[in-house]
Amino acid sequence: MIPGTFEYHRPGSLDEAVTLLTKFGDEGRMIAGGHSLVPMMKLRLAVPEHLIDLGHVESLQGIEITGQSIEIGAMTTQHDLIASDSLVETCPLLREAALTIADPQVRYRGTIGGNVANGDPGNDMPAVMQSLGASYVLHGPSGTRQVAARAFYEAAYFTAREDDEILTAINIPVPAPGHGFAYEKLKRKVGDYAIAAAAVVLTMDGGTCDSAAIALTNVGDTPIHAEAMGESLVGTAVDDGAIAKAVAAAKAAASPAADLRGPRDYRAHAAGVMAGRAIKRALARVKT
Amino acid sequence: MSDASEMTLEQREATIGGIGCARRRKEDVRFIQGKGNYVDDVKLPGQVFGDFVRSPHAHARIKSIDTEKALAVPGVLAVLTANDLKPLNLHWMPTLAGDSQAVLADEKVHFQNQEVAFVIGEDRYAVSDGVQAVEIDYEDLPVLVDPKQALAKDAPVLREDAAAKDDVGQGPRKHPNHIFNWDVGDKGATDKAFAGAAVTVKEDVLYQRVHPCPLEPCGCVASMDKITGELTVYGTFQAPHVVRTIVSLIAGLPEHKIRVIAPDIGGGFGNKVGAYPGYVCSVVGTIVLGRPVKWVENRIDNISTTAFARDYHMTGELAADEDGRITGLRVYVLADHGAFNAHAQPTKWPAGLFSIVTGSYDIPAAHVSVDGVYTNKAPGGVAYRCSFRVTEASYLIERMIDVLAQKVGLDKAEIRARNFIKPEQFPYTSCLGWDYDSGDYPRALAKVLDAVDYKGLREEQAEKRERGELMGIGIATFTEIVGAGPSRNCDILGIGMFDSCEIRVHPTGSAIARLGTKSQGQGHETTYAQIIATELGLPSDDIAVEEGDTDTAPYGLGTYGSRSTPVAGAAAAHAARKIRAKAQKIAAHMLEVAEGDLEWEIDRFKVKGLPEKVATMKQIAFAAYQSLPEGMEPGLEAVNYYDPPNFTYPFGAYLCVVDVDRLTGEVKVRRFYALDDCGTRINPMIIEGQVHGGLTEAFAIAMGQELIFDETGNIQGASLMDYFVPTAVETPVWETGHTVTPSPHHPIGAKGVGESPNVGGVSAFSNAVVDAFAHLDVTHMPMPHTPWRVWKQCEALGIGE
Repeated sequence: MIPGTFEYHRPGSLDEAVTLLTKFGDEGRMIAGGHSLVPMMKLRLAVPEHLIDLGHVESLQGIEITGQSIEIGAMTTQHDLIASDSLVETCPLLREAALTIADPQVRYRGTIGGNVANGDPGNDMPAVMQSLGASYVLHGPSGTRQVAARAFYEAAYFTAREDDEILTAINIPVPAPGHGFAYEKLKRKVGDYAIAAAAVVLTMDGGTCDSAAIALTNVGDTPIHAEAMGESLVGTAVDDGAIAKAVAAAKAAASPAADLRGPRDYRAHAAGVMAGRAIKRALARVKT
Repeated sequence: MSDASEMTLEQREATIGGIGCARRRKEDVRFIQGKGNYVDDVKLPGQVFGDFVRSPHAHARIKSIDTEKALAVPGVLAVLTANDLKPLNLHWMPTLAGDSQAVLADEKVHFQNQEVAFVIGEDRYAVSDGVQAVEIDYEDLPVLVDPKQALAKDAPVLREDAAAKDDVGQGPRKHPNHIFNWDVGDKGATDKAFAGAAVTVKEDVLYQRVHPCPLEPCGCVASMDKITGELTVYGTFQAPHVVRTIVSLIAGLPEHKIRVIAPDIGGGFGNKVGAYPGYVCSVVGTIVLGRPVKWVENRIDNISTTAFARDYHMTGELAADEDGRITGLRVYVLADHGAFNAHAQPTKWPAGLFSIVTGSYDIPAAHVSVDGVYTNKAPGGVAYRCSFRVTEASYLIERMIDVLAQKVGLDKAEIRARNFIKPEQFPYTSCLGWDYDSGDYPRALAKVLDAVDYKGLREEQAEKRERGELMGIGIATFTEIVGAGPSRNCDILGIGMFDSCEIRVHPTGSAIARLGTKSQGQGHETTYAQIIATELGLPSDDIAVEEGDTDTAPYGLGTYGSRSTPVAGAAAAHAARKIRAKAQKIAAHMLEVAEGDLEWEIDRFKVKGLPEKVATMKQIAFAAYQSLPEGMEPGLEAVNYYDPPNFTYPFGAYLCVVDVDRLTGEVKVRRFYALDDCGTRINPMIIEGQVHGGLTEAFAIAMGQELIFDETGNIQGASLMDYFVPTAVETPVWETGHTVTPSPHHPIGAKGVGESPNVGGVSAFSNAVVDAFAHLDVTHMPMPHTPWRVWKQCEALGIGE
């Protein structure tokens, strides 16, 4: 449980970080909260020669809510998300999801940027971001671009981020007032990744569903945002029949691997159950 | 002479803080401040570090080991391999079970993560780099994971070193992968009971391989003083004296030149009873280098290589009459012992005390047969917070009696009551030969049923079943057998399983007691002092308790199998009584009366009929160093080595209520009531803490713990990421109760309690889960009851969607 030898860098600005990243190429790794990378280093499954700590890049910190948009700096910790009352007011799903991640000690260090950028299908925030229609700000030598969370994940640990880019912030469109939301996570114990989890955001107009987005955690190589899941609710009263369709769509979209959390069929089934429960809870929370 | 004469009797009792007092744990002052002194806190001048190169393969031949690059790593001082240990004859070591275990893999590796080379370096970083730089060439061999395949004709032979032996320490064997057969009971009578039975039931019951997983992993610091030739070993040892003897035997060092010190230990649960290659390599390392060598496992090392528990593949059968009265029990066990037979049982008991399998029931005939086999898994087979193989036995009978209840259509509480050994039958000799000392099972069960409104729960369950909801009620009425043990039938490597206590009373009336056991969190410093306080009439706050240093403590067999109170606790009482007997003589001298004119009262001797004429223990202590009767030796101390006349038999009645989510397979423990009878209760708060801890471990085992291997012998989930150690969030709320049925043969009537909750708890949880499905004709479900397994049961019944 002792990492290999590495050199530690602590850039003070984003440009300095990008310079280091470009300089070291494959031999450099960014470290945010370190809760994915450090365990891998201790097992020597990851042996970076240069560690670039983003902890002192001030511009990566903070939560800003302006009119229609929430911008969260990549180095904002899960604890910061939980503790932000204004964020809870505008987008309560984030606190609900953050509270299911690991334990308080991890949440004090673990960052939202690391959680979404790492590409680990077990991480919770990617599906949450997909359900919220968020996009990620990527900053590299050739400038800044935005990629939608729904288009960001390619395979386990493979994302649209280029090696010399840094994910600097997350942009979330402010959800409609009174929207329904829920993150349902089935797990074996505190600190565990999900057996299956589902994030749901929906809005109702009178008795009819206006919009619905559903995304699943840890039941595939990437977070899964299947249009069909949400679509089966839109235009309905979100009654049992519509929910059953969404659940069926979720099960169909899930393609989990067998692991110690259970065989494939169980985990796909669990994805459906979580989706169904999340929809019901989201619906119950809709304020009109 | 009346320094405290103004105090009432109650106040004097309270001042003593003796047996029955819920005083706070003395050791917690340092533990809760983070000031404990654990092995990894030991830092000696010039200390270096060691760690293992471990095998990635479960079964392979070692073709070559190249240490050159490792030795070139800056800071690496030495790399040991089997070939280096051979000249010292230390490449293999004897196990407690009479087998041999490779210290460093000799020609072959037999399980994944087996120790192959030991790298010693200036610091942990250099050692880690050195471990990575050792180059080993392996040739894969066929892997044996399933114990059911071990005895097949064409099974790969695992232990080539032992293939030609007829006996590997525990009797005749019938196959190169066979370790022993243990056969007990009356087969003829049992067969007859089954032949004539109105009802029989049979079930395959696996008690899965689990790991005790103490919070602190295993480790040691070995330090050889080359000038004096004295070896000091600090280590996580549940039985430090036994370790000293083993080191002496293995290393050929005279025993008086070896000092073994077990400092504070962060939980043992059986995992820290045995000897591990790390200890041997550290000792060799310090002898070779002349510098102290520290070795401390990490979590993966601990779970994947040091002693596991259980892995009993059991088949249970019960014969009964139509009223559910049991007439016969038949058990077959296939025991997976891994690559080396290194289980920690009293030497003559290859399946430990498994023949307690008749449990709390008056069963006229029983027969048990156990086969132990080798597989390509880590060695072990220790008692994980239970007496030797008692949890396996108790789990089997508690499961089987439920299976029988379902078959004959009897309530699960009623069938137990019908089969209990009755209070008037004690002392009771079971058909498998155990002499139960005392018990009142019907009272315990009745009290629990009353406390939880059992009838109301069953009514609620019936209503829920109508609605398609799954609710289960699990009962376990278990009997433990602890306090190993009488030396006529219990020894470790030929040393009787007695234990010891030495008490020295100082002139001012405080005292120190040293014992042969070793606390790993049980609170010995608190409870032993209470026993001595009551016996000697000195305040427990003024009695220091020391264990774990073989240079100062009297020889004892250590702490496991709930033996500390039954054995060393008895030694403490006896040693104290010796002191009191001398004190009485001194008091008679002080008060100028005959010894027989004195009577004892809490903390003093009184002259009969003259209550104002007293000598307090404190006064007597001073007199023992100053004004003695003619011819009496000065001082006030005594030692007792206690060889128990019998085991003690704690028991309990547990009830668990669960609700099952049939869609996710999650099992929610709604209520758990544990009634324990451990005889005389020394410290009720510590007992409650022990019960809470034991129940939490039982919950972990029943609901999630399992060491899983893939078909090539790769261990799965050997870290706390996967291996289930519940947090406060998962842990249910515990309700506890008690009855008191003292042990008639123990000096203070105490029986031991630390392990009862694990023994009874596992069955109660598992029975509750199965009970939730009992109306759907389910008789057994394999542990651990993880969500996916429970859901698979729902799915099979068509209720999982």
